[in-house]
Amino acid sequence: MATRMFGSAIKRREDPRLITGKAKYTDDIKLAGTLHMAVVRSPHAHAIVKNVDASAALAMEGVVAVYTGKDMNLPIPTGALIKDSGLVTPEHPSLAKEKVRYVGDGVAIVLAENRYIAQDAADAVRVTYDVLGAIVNPEEAVKDGAPQIHAEAPNNTAFRWIMGDKAASDKVFAEADVVVKERIVQQRLQPTTMEPRAALAQWNDATEELTLWVTTQNPHIHRVLLTGMLGVPEHKLRIIAPEVGGGFGAKIDLYPDEALACWATIQTGRPVKWAETRSENYLTMTHGRDHVEYVELAATKDGNVLGIRSLVYAGMGAYLTTFGAGIPTILHALIYCGVYTFSSAYADVIGAFTSTTPVEAYRGAGRPEATFLLERLMDKLADAVNQDPAEVRRKNLIPKFENGYTVPTGITYDSGDYEPALNKALAMAGYSDFRKEQAEARKNGKYLGVGVTTYTEICGLGPSEVNGAVGFQAGAWESSIIRMSPTGKAQVLLGISPHGQGGATSFAQIVNDALGIPMDDIEIVHGDTNTTPMGWGTYGSRNAAVAGAALAGAITKFKDKAKVMAAHMLEAAAEDIEYDSSGKLYVKGSPDNAKAIQEIVLMSHLGWNLPPGFEPSFEVSNFYNPPNYVYPFGAHIAIVEVDTETGAIELKRYIAVDDCGPQINPMIVAGQIHGGLVQGIGQALCEGAVYDSNGQLLTGSMMDYAVPRADMFPNFELDHTVTPSPHQPLGIKGVGETGTIASTPTVYNAVMDALKPLGVTQVDMPLSPARVWQAIQNAKN
Amino acid sequence: MWPKEFDYVRASSVDDVIQQTTNGMDAKILAGGHSLLPAMKLRLSEPGKLIDISRLPDLKGISANGTLSIGALSTHAEIAASADVQQYCAALAGACGQVGDHQVRNFGTLGGNIAHADPASDPPTVLVAAGATIHIQGADGARSVSAEDFFVDLFTTDLQMGDVITRVEIPNLSGAKTAYVKMAHPASRYAIVGVAVVLQMNGSTCTSARVAVGGATARAMRSSGAESALTGSSLDDAALNAAAAAVQSDISEAVMGDVNYPDSYRQAMAGVYLKRAVKAAIG
Repeated sequence: MATRMFGSAIKRREDPRLITGKAKYTDDIKLAGTLHMAVVRSPHAHAIVKNVDASAALAMEGVVAVYTGKDMNLPIPTGALIKDSGLVTPEHPSLAKEKVRYVGDGVAIVLAENRYIAQDAADAVRVTYDVLGAIVNPEEAVKDGAPQIHAEAPNNTAFRWIMGDKAASDKVFAEADVVVKERIVQQRLQPTTMEPRAALAQWNDATEELTLWVTTQNPHIHRVLLTGMLGVPEHKLRIIAPEVGGGFGAKIDLYPDEALACWATIQTGRPVKWAETRSENYLTMTHGRDHVEYVELAATKDGNVLGIRSLVYAGMGAYLTTFGAGIPTILHALIYCGVYTFSSAYADVIGAFTSTTPVEAYRGAGRPEATFLLERLMDKLADAVNQDPAEVRRKNLIPKFENGYTVPTGITYDSGDYEPALNKALAMAGYSDFRKEQAEARKNGKYLGVGVTTYTEICGLGPSEVNGAVGFQAGAWESSIIRMSPTGKAQVLLGISPHGQGGATSFAQIVNDALGIPMDDIEIVHGDTNTTPMGWGTYGSRNAAVAGAALAGAITKFKDKAKVMAAHMLEAAAEDIEYDSSGKLYVKGSPDNAKAIQEIVLMSHLGWNLPPGFEPSFEVSNFYNPPNYVYPFGAHIAIVEVDTETGAIELKRYIAVDDCGPQINPMIVAGQIHGGLVQGIGQALCEGAVYDSNGQLLTGSMMDYAVPRADMFPNFELDHTVTPSPHQPLGIKGVGETGTIASTPTVYNAVMDALKPLGVTQVDMPLSPARVWQAIQNAKN
Repeated sequence: MWPKEFDYVRASSVDDVIQQTTNGMDAKILAGGHSLLPAMKLRLSEPGKLIDISRLPDLKGISANGTLSIGALSTHAEIAASADVQQYCAALAGACGQVGDHQVRNFGTLGGNIAHADPASDPPTVLVAAGATIHIQGADGARSVSAEDFFVDLFTTDLQMGDVITRVEIPNLSGAKTAYVKMAHPASRYAIVGVAVVLQMNGSTCTSARVAVGGATARAMRSSGAESALTGSSLDDAALNAAAAAVQSDISEAVMGDVNYPDSYRQAMAGVYLKRAVKAAIG
């Protein structure tokens, strides 16, 4: 073939159906006789439920049933039982029993003939509460005297997790020439998926099977969790993730509403559908981030880094979510050293219950927070030692390595070559010229700033042994089956569950490239526990990194099997057979006498003349447990201008040089980076959940919660370097989260650089015009 | 997103609307629906009956004949694109072009907008600065109210039960320099602060100025201090700074902030945006 499909920027095959409205999402699926479920939700952040009076609702025409927490025993499991942290797991009932713990906590469900009646009836359920005090800030929550959310968690402490040796760390800091420090508020974010959550559950009384269509990133995890909750055996449970419109981590969790729909269909014998509104979504879909951090970096007077340490108050919300406790711990502190040659790292992370929406993964999950604090401290270090921020980074970079580099946090990076990415980004930005331009602009009262980030991150989750060692109650391997039909068509069955990442295209490219099967003859199948092999789902940038590795193994088995059949048909030895990239098999050196893979597959199906011991049909499967994580890296640069009259920030340029190893489809990679950048820059500039002191979410609608918009952004300037992972069979590293991980500090540092002449050194995110303006006023006085 | 049950009728005439709204205590008039329907979907508004006026021909059309007359059902998009509006009151065309998004501008109407009287909406600020007159048909016949008197408070107008806005009249400002500028809220795109100016010029001297502020206050309001500071000046930096200080002082009692954009910020921005509005007007 002239052009390899692996590496081609072809258009995504799934897009036509997505952008023409033909794709079927959960709420598009209609079943006859469906009951509609509405959830009666608490208007209070923290209250005793005294009484639930459903009589008026039950009297309404079209209302079939109303259930409360007393009617069921459906606690939501916690999946991240982080070891050696004193973690407590107070019960999280699907519907509150004695107490509600955040605004939106479910108190009752109404089942009715249509959605309008369901909502009318939900409004008619009378709940009486004894309102208790609310607590919304994780740092305040663990202090004496704060309202206590769970009896099992004194001082609202969910866990306390320590990384590293405190005495050794203290010694490094005590002896260091330079220590820089910062208090950072990683504000709470509301993941904004295009599609809100929905669930449709159908109990089949005849076969005793339950089918759930649901907006999830991981149907197999849902099946494992639901079998325990519902008592329906796993082989009688089918979870289907139809088209899913974005997740960003917030669709990992098994939610109360989803479990309730399953429970209710068993109770009523009728299908039950729940589909939330955007208001419900913002109140009850998990939020992200929510840290208050005290962080410090120790260095020599020459600006060589020595140690990093933190005290982190991590808000968990009202209940521990599926992976929530793993995010500010494992996925956060282990990457504290970034790309720099630290000799010491220490973290003290306190998980705090608050009377707020539960906190879960949000794109990047722990690593954006880590990269932010590290890059913020690197800029402060540059200031303290009076060196250029880019040069301070350069002098501290870990030198190039191809197969393993162990950092003080205990993890071993796979491969890295950081300086070329930095050089490339600096050249693209015209960094040295920019400093002159900046100085000139300041003379004219214009405030330009530049931010530089060099980063690596930990993704492609991950070795299952590590999950076991740290307390994640799940495996982290992946699966792939290539199933050929008699007519030579390929179904590729994957245990992951893509929901916007382009898997239908990129995985087909891998198969086409390796096996020569035409793209149109390859279907990527995922998101249905009855048709796909067990797998752990799509999050943590693991599609290509882990499932891609599983597929690569299946491809090897496929080729080996095809060669055995080809050798039999060509009367040769299997080891003499060549499988070329156009799907032809022949004896090496004799390409004219070839068998097409389709012919081999057909003969394998017919079974008329099989080689000895050859299994008929044509199907291979591969299950792959990665030996390590993957560690993409890169360098990002932002250039901003601050309007000092208003505090408004204009992002003038954004340069991203990322290294995710070989790219399957550069257009999909660019799309992933674009999306991540927008979300990461959104955190820096405009996004932020705000609760009042009573625990009311003030940013509960898109009128108030500022999702970033296209007009905030210049054209992103992207480039890449290619450093293969030594352990991933295709060399691939993940790329789904790099944008959010690197961009927030890059833009933040650019703004601080712009404001430096005005004496502004710190502003809490998001850097809204009002906050920036206020900081400028404060610095003046 | 699931409103309460309601009745729907399509009105046959303005008189029909007056009769139906006067009789039906919980009836609401539906024009473009882009303020009312979202409130109904959130169940913040639960009218028993919607009276759809969107097809009444008497309430449509824009004409310029000595004064500018804009039918209440004119959409924001129609007003923004109207050559007559651009000539008679460029600031109004500019403001209507900044309302919501394309969908809102294509459906939302000027009459509906001012009847709703959202304090952060754009057109009211221009109407107050422009000295517009709101023409109303009610149970007791026709009347007219100046825009300044029409906007009473947060979501509150001079409209009485059974009233229908028929048209908005604006004097011919084609000889004046007008502009509307706003700082848009990053989520809603409503005005955090919006300022409209109408400046009569004689050469480089401003002979008369009308200034209105919205977004930062419960209703669009004039700033007499800023008007005085600008009038008679050559709109130089000193005059602009004086006007900016005056507008901040004039709204100091009325300014209305929130957790993200507090009073002090909105007050300061009223001054900044006043200067920007003047500069935009004199281009």
